[in-house]
Amino acid sequence: MFDQYIVCEEGFRAHEDGRPGGVVEVRMPYYRGLALSMVEAVDLVLDGRPVPADRTTFTVHGHTYGFDQLPHTTDDRWEMGERAQLAFTTDEPLAPGEHDVAVSVRLRISYMPVPGGGRDSKRLTLAGA
Amino acid sequence: MTTPAHRIQRGVSLYSYQEEFFLRTMTLEDCVRAAAECGALGIEIIPEQSIPGYPQLTEEFLQTWHGWMAQYGTHPAATDLFLDTKRHPGRWLTLEEQVASVRQDVDIAVRLGAPVVRAIINTPPEVMEAAAPYAEEAGVRLLLEVHAPFHYEHPWVLQHLEVMYRTGSPALGLMPDMGTYVRRFPRVVSDRALRDGAKPELVDLIVSTYDDHGDTHALMDVVNYRGGGPVEFGLARQATHYIWSEPKAMLEHMGLIGHVQAKFYEMTDEGVEYSIPYDEIVPVLIEGGFAGHLSSEYEGNRHVQDAFPVDSVEQVRRQHAMFARLLGETTGEDA
Repeated sequence: MFDQYIVCEEGFRAHEDGRPGGVVEVRMPYYRGLALSMVEAVDLVLDGRPVPADRTTFTVHGHTYGFDQLPHTTDDRWEMGERAQLAFTTDEPLAPGEHDVAVSVRLRISYMPVPGGGRDSKRLTLAGA
Repeated sequence: MTTPAHRIQRGVSLYSYQEEFFLRTMTLEDCVRAAAECGALGIEIIPEQSIPGYPQLTEEFLQTWHGWMAQYGTHPAATDLFLDTKRHPGRWLTLEEQVASVRQDVDIAVRLGAPVVRAIINTPPEVMEAAAPYAEEAGVRLLLEVHAPFHYEHPWVLQHLEVMYRTGSPALGLMPDMGTYVRRFPRVVSDRALRDGAKPELVDLIVSTYDDHGDTHALMDVVNYRGGGPVEFGLARQATHYIWSEPKAMLEHMGLIGHVQAKFYEMTDEGVEYSIPYDEIVPVLIEGGFAGHLSSEYEGNRHVQDAFPVDSVEQVRRQHAMFARLLGETTGEDA
């Protein structure tokens, strides 16, 4: 229902500390917030190459989690429309300019028999590089 | 304005403004104001949507909320609860945990000042029964949403009705969603499928099968036999999820109906809902003596957002101009 808004146009940036990789801001394609335990996956494909979940972290309102922590996190939420920071590490620094960013969100929604969520892909320009 | 021969109140679920709230082009206060401006003074809120930090509500938030109600002349009509039975990976919430979840949402409704809580359709009847005394004590009604494709003869709903009639709990009741009265297929949905590349002949097949109230059970299969893909399957599934039945079916259970979610997909330039015949529904509610809120639930945004600007405020305004006319508040000329 909000698939086209998953990947934010703004905020795509390289890590400030010089580590290879960067941050893409993402929103949940759902009309309410959810406890993080029900966020099953936020998968990133960068320029056609999947970034493994263990090379990403997820930050909501200043709280950072690894994806192995999310299943057990019932006391924090990804709020409706909130821009979360999906940080990722790559082998090589990101080249300046445009990149293909595809994000697939999988949510465990109790009243639905199949996984919820959605996917979005946009061509984003790396900020500030 | 004449004295209305009914006790129906108009309201808006802030669900209606989800597009603008999601994109942060409207704040929560903007949503309350927009409802008030079309004379819909009953505010239905989804705490998990509108209140960051749920289930914690700060005193500051509550003060602000009640301040808005006073400022805009609105009142809390209902909250909507969800029951996350799959909150933990790999296990279901126990009955006790489910009841605790409902109790928590009853507490939130009390703090927000709402007399009604929408229990989502997946709430099991045993949970409703176990939570009823707590809701009664709190002075809150726990109303099961009757959402498409469910109806009053469906076994799931019959199990709930059994609990409601057997216990006679004043705290339990029903909240019909008017998405159960979709007479013709919403064109915003079929138009979207066409924009997404669906084959026109398959869209026609799906829409005409629905509009003729034909057998939709095998529609996905037939669409598959005719070369459809994911977009056509999605549309065919929609056709199995909308339902049409006679609104008069509500009369039998009117004593249990405490709130109505006035789902809609498209208010046309002519001021009517394209799919849902409110001119037949509202008279049934009047006839049955319904005394709760007729609460807007706009859900068209997701079907037009790819190609058109979404204007939820205008859509809700049009629905309330129609309601004001159907409820005898206006002649319709100023709508």
